Amino acid sequence: MNVDQSLILIALLMLLLPLVGAGIAGLLGHQLGRTTTHRIVNSLIGLSFFLSFYLFFIFVIKRHLAIDHTFYTWATAGVVRFNVAFLLDPLSATMAMIVLFISFMVHIYTIGYMHDDPGYTRFFSYMSLFTFSMLILVLANNFLLLFFGWEGVGLVSYLLIGFWFKRDSAVLGGLKAFLVNRIGDIGFLLAIAAVFLYFNSLNYHDVFLQVPLITTKTMSVFNHPVSVITIICLLLFIGAMAKSAQVPMHVWLPESMEGPTPISALIHAATMVTAGIYMVARMSPLFEYSPFMLSTILVIGGTTAFFMGLLAIVQNDIKRVIAYSTISQLGYMAVALGASAYDAAIFHLITHAFFKALLFLAAGSVIIALHHEQDMRKMGGLAAYLPVTYITFVIGTLALCALPPFSGFYSKDIIIEAVQLSSLPGAYYAYLCVLAAAFVTPLYMFRTLFLTFHTKSRIEDSLKGHIHESPWVVLIPLILLAIPSVIAGQMLIGPMLFSQTKLLGDAIFVLPQHNVLETLATKYHGANTMALEAGTTGVFWLAMAGIITAWLFNVRFPHWSDILKKRFYWLYVILQNKYGFDQFNQKVFVKGTLETSHLFYDVGDVIVIDGIAVNGSGRVIRWFAQTMRRMQTGYLYHYALVMLLGILFFLFWFMWG
Amino acid sequence: MPSLTEYLTLAALLFGLGLAGIILNRKSIIVLLMSIELILLSVNTNFVAFSHFLGNSVGQVFVFFVLTVAAAEAAIGLAILVVLYRKRHTIEVENLDALKG
Repeated sequence: MNVDQSLILIALLMLLLPLVGAGIAGLLGHQLGRTTTHRIVNSLIGLSFFLSFYLFFIFVIKRHLAIDHTFYTWATAGVVRFNVAFLLDPLSATMAMIVLFISFMVHIYTIGYMHDDPGYTRFFSYMSLFTFSMLILVLANNFLLLFFGWEGVGLVSYLLIGFWFKRDSAVLGGLKAFLVNRIGDIGFLLAIAAVFLYFNSLNYHDVFLQVPLITTKTMSVFNHPVSVITIICLLLFIGAMAKSAQVPMHVWLPESMEGPTPISALIHAATMVTAGIYMVARMSPLFEYSPFMLSTILVIGGTTAFFMGLLAIVQNDIKRVIAYSTISQLGYMAVALGASAYDAAIFHLITHAFFKALLFLAAGSVIIALHHEQDMRKMGGLAAYLPVTYITFVIGTLALCALPPFSGFYSKDIIIEAVQLSSLPGAYYAYLCVLAAAFVTPLYMFRTLFLTFHTKSRIEDSLKGHIHESPWVVLIPLILLAIPSVIAGQMLIGPMLFSQTKLLGDAIFVLPQHNVLETLATKYHGANTMALEAGTTGVFWLAMAGIITAWLFNVRFPHWSDILKKRFYWLYVILQNKYGFDQFNQKVFVKGTLETSHLFYDVGDVIVIDGIAVNGSGRVIRWFAQTMRRMQTGYLYHYALVMLLGILFFLFWFMWG
Repeated sequence: MPSLTEYLTLAALLFGLGLAGIILNRKSIIVLLMSIELILLSVNTNFVAFSHFLGNSVGQVFVFFVLTVAAAEAAIGLAILVVLYRKRHTIEVENLDALKG
């Protein structure tokens, strides 16, 4: 067996172990009991993680050539084959490792968090299934398999958000996530169809090779010629918007906080929402040839980064604050994609995965300590009770607020600088947005930190005596996530963005005229210098200003926020209503759908189908029969007369006809 | 010796009389049975006439069969009639409209 074959085998094993775990937990969980189930599932995920680490080592560190391997041909239609095939390259190896690392941490954490839940084994089964779907999405070498993973991730997220299916809000949250993702899926499916139409193949490699030939092709949309590449990229990005919660399709992400906290960390912070970002980065050879789409991404990403960050300021649910910050950070990643700094987007994706998972899990630890209380108005002064949770939460917050030398600083700073250099239309708007968001992020994160861990305790008296630090099984993942949250940025920035042979290698394609990272590289003199020089950049002072503002309004002069609330009541109402996206959707889409359905029910179903088709045909036959039965008088002589007339008729016909 | 046409005319008249009896009669089923006999007889007349004029005796043999069947039919018909009368106390055709739709 040569090296390639063994690597493929390792990848297959890495992919299938979570599926096996999901099967065992889901089908045999009840027989095996809780302890055995979580031991089996967690060791499978752990093993899978180590395999992914090995693959990362081989493909990223050792720079092994990319492998494109077909396992199985699912279907053949003419010249096109639908293959189950993997592309193992630095990008997929990196993503797989991140997914499995976060997943492994969350699996361990779940043992503590879901300890008393009746759906314990079911939860493990779903989580492993989710990991499997995400790995398929990451490893796929063609659009169809990518779509399979895409849908798998969507399905499992629906199952997990609605995990506590006895709660109405959880069921509705799951439904909302599912429906919004469906809209994105339509775009994605159409994109696949368009790719197939113009490239005659669904394999990444074949498609990307043909891109330069297709760039001049146009198709007619409402009688206007539009570049084919732009259409494809637009449709792909609609899919990415739904998955990665970009405005205006972000509405599902805050609702998804109805799911258990480990899921918020796994799906709605670190992995599933990054699928859209990953997909766009993977499709960089396509997006590069559509400057229009890059501008669109810049504008949408910038809007998402700033305006969704603002919403987090008025939230009182600790998980919702973090959820809005996730949306805001996804906006940052989208901006990086739009500025053609794909490496920076993936870099931020990685660092964000670490500290966001950390923040969610730490928030979960607070929630357990307070017996499922999520309202920050009923917290305060928890730092003394939960020292480990407190420290890890602070680390996560500092990383998210982009303070040097935490990981978030490097990735966020690079994105802001990259977008500043981008010359595409919309880049300046995006630059202003991400700059403003750099101020807003510390504002809401430190508000959360102060309200939860500092300030006077507002905890209900009945709970006060019972608060104690979470068990070690919860704390260990926090600590393990805190470490990369601190150091990942420093370690990765050089090799990932600015070395001669970038970590992601050829997986990312950038046109020379868009290559902002190359320009940045001339200014880069090592990670430590960058951290030391942070004080000279405006971004750093914006973050500090955000922290100080948060401190003033929440710790030093808490009544100020009330005054501000009264003074700018209209703004407060707008933020409370989340800019009215939900109301708009409720009024236009939900109500519109309901009324259209009612119309179709009243006209189509009741009148046409029931009235005309079903009952109508019955009525016609009944009427006909009513008329015809009059002929059946029952008198013999009438029948005889008719017979006679019939005979006469035939007789005459026979003779003269 | 009357010609074939005269025989056939007679048979047609008898047949028409029988039919008219069936169609016009509203009262007694016995009249109905008699009308049927009349129709059969008109057919018999045709058989005999053709048999004679074509010189083929098969037609006359056939008449015997028809007569036999007619006799049997009359017997059965009358028997049914008796039962019907016992059951419904009437043999009026107008009252026998159980087939009415």
